[in-house]
Amino acid sequence: MQSSNELRWIDYLIILIYFIFVLGIGFVLKRFVKTSADFLLSGRSIPAWIAGLAFLSANLGAQEVIGMAASGAKYGIATSHFYWLGAIPAMVFVGIFMMPFYYGSKAKSVPDYLSLRYDEKTRAFNAFSFAGMTMMSSGISMYAMALLLQTIHIFDAPFRTLGLPNSWVFHVSIICSAVIVLGYIYLGGLTSAIYNEVIQFFLIVAGFFPLVFLGLVNVGGWSGLTQKLPAAYTHAWHGMDNPQHNLLGVDWFGLVMGLGFVLSFGYWCTDFLVIQRAMAADSMASARRVPLIASVPKMLFPFLVILPGLIALALTSPVQQNSAASGQPNQSPQAAEVQSVQQGMIPPQRNPETGEIVKDESGKAVLDYNMVIPNMLLHYFPSGMLGLGLTALLASFMSGMAGNVTAFNTVWTYDIFKAYIKRDATDANLLVVGQLATFFGVAFSVGVAYFVAAFNNIMDVLQLVFAFVNAPLFATFLLGMFWKRATGHGAFFGLISGTVAAAVHHGLTISAGSTPGVKGAWIATAHIYPSQMAQNFYTAIYAWTVCLLATIVISLVTKPRPEEELKGLVYALTEKAHETGGRWFLRPVPVGIGVLLLTLILNLIFR
Amino acid sequence: MNVDLRFPLGLLFLVFGVMLTLFGLFTDQATYERSLFINVNLWWGLAMLIFGGLMFFFAWKKIQAKKR
Repeated sequence: MQSSNELRWIDYLIILIYFIFVLGIGFVLKRFVKTSADFLLSGRSIPAWIAGLAFLSANLGAQEVIGMAASGAKYGIATSHFYWLGAIPAMVFVGIFMMPFYYGSKAKSVPDYLSLRYDEKTRAFNAFSFAGMTMMSSGISMYAMALLLQTIHIFDAPFRTLGLPNSWVFHVSIICSAVIVLGYIYLGGLTSAIYNEVIQFFLIVAGFFPLVFLGLVNVGGWSGLTQKLPAAYTHAWHGMDNPQHNLLGVDWFGLVMGLGFVLSFGYWCTDFLVIQRAMAADSMASARRVPLIASVPKMLFPFLVILPGLIALALTSPVQQNSAASGQPNQSPQAAEVQSVQQGMIPPQRNPETGEIVKDESGKAVLDYNMVIPNMLLHYFPSGMLGLGLTALLASFMSGMAGNVTAFNTVWTYDIFKAYIKRDATDANLLVVGQLATFFGVAFSVGVAYFVAAFNNIMDVLQLVFAFVNAPLFATFLLGMFWKRATGHGAFFGLISGTVAAAVHHGLTISAGSTPGVKGAWIATAHIYPSQMAQNFYTAIYAWTVCLLATIVISLVTKPRPEEELKGLVYALTEKAHETGGRWFLRPVPVGIGVLLLTLILNLIFR
Repeated sequence: MNVDLRFPLGLLFLVFGVMLTLFGLFTDQATYERSLFINVNLWWGLAMLIFGGLMFFFAWKKIQAKKR
């Protein structure tokens, strides 16, 4: 990178002020933490709009921001399916239909709901797998962020002055983020995490909006983008009839059923990381509004996080233009090669040890799409705004991590410690356990980050296992909430069979062009999918279907629970919430319909 | 509710807004070559200032209303 990309004092100052601020919120909120419920559940006192933005922000980790821009450059505007199809309908559904049971049952967590509705073994399965996965995801995202900060070389100068090598950027990134996130959660608990998430939401918007604006001005607006890029990049539903005709490599059924139903509902309706924000709301009416409030900015976020990818792709980098004009006689062959493989602003991937360009099987350079956002920030932002943009990136990273940490400490305290280790624990015990869980959770994440750094391939394996465990979950909750006959044995063995089905399906299939192993077909090759995404979607569809059928069959042959015990937990046995009073925009159903209609219109515009 | 979130939120945006606006006023035009010669620090700083001010104002108004 050129020397003009060195940060100036104002950039460091902005980042520093932000860090101090984040911790300051923790200190201010500390005096409100008196019970375990204050620390872990925010004492159920959060207004709907705050919980709503936190609901969105907890999901908006750096991997999401970086990853969506990367997908934007890879797949074009079709990436918006991950929002319009893969989030909005599920968010409307959880607000209208599921929140009455989560909030109304007085469950403390999602696993706690499972124990009320089904039995202890189903809760234990969910609690232990969830606790493990949150801490590992937090470690993985910590690793990804630290690596990114090291790769962009923008923080090198102060380390050089101290005589420390570039690799220290990685260590300092991990330690700083761990200490700050631990600090503000340890002090102020869930409330502190939620407050910071809302601030992080506004910072992400403040940092990315000018970036998209400048980018769009530069490429000549949306019409400029459509002229510069092939049609497939600017039309979300282009060629969805056949996986060979679209960039995602999936067919419409796999997309709608796999992403739009199984994966999306599985995440937004059952993942405690997001549900916890809604459960912290100050009333049932607020709790139902939380996902709906979140869905409005979620609907517009593709413009903030996907467009940078498209803009980066449409831009011919100025370096390339210069070299074409002057001929650049004194250029090293290495640099020339970089330019020839560079696509717009997206550089080729490099082997971290040798520095050589990574090539795929056909000898083409593999592009490092994750560099889209950092490169765009460095390309457009002068000192000052650059500090703000980097702060937005750090904010998104911390919000995602804090989401994992607060979900972990709650599940650990209520669903593991209180449920299986010390049943007669007093509330004072639980508060201490919650605080300790926060500390050890973060420490464990740091361990995972270094573990992943040492064994890079382990990351793919971990994420694969997460996918297997998560895929069938929604079937269990759907049956639990809407079919009173579903039993604990049915739910538990249904979940196990769904997870096994996911693993078996993955072991029997592979995507075109991949080698058997972590990419699939580790049992045998029975089917070849056109793309990895299609394989993922169908793995989820199979897992969900197997879980659904197994739960139904096993439930029918096992003893149902008496209806008395299921009041407030199942749709048919719960009094309907009649929220007919009040203005229409405060009622969940009309708002939900409005959100879905707007999403439909967006799809029609960008079809 | 214990602390109105709009206070810290407004405060942070006010601080960043002032910093960017001033920095934008005192930097020369050459700095903005990369941002298409738009003084983003100045304009976005002002926008953040207004947003922060509004948040602060509404939170303050609510406290005043409660006092009465």
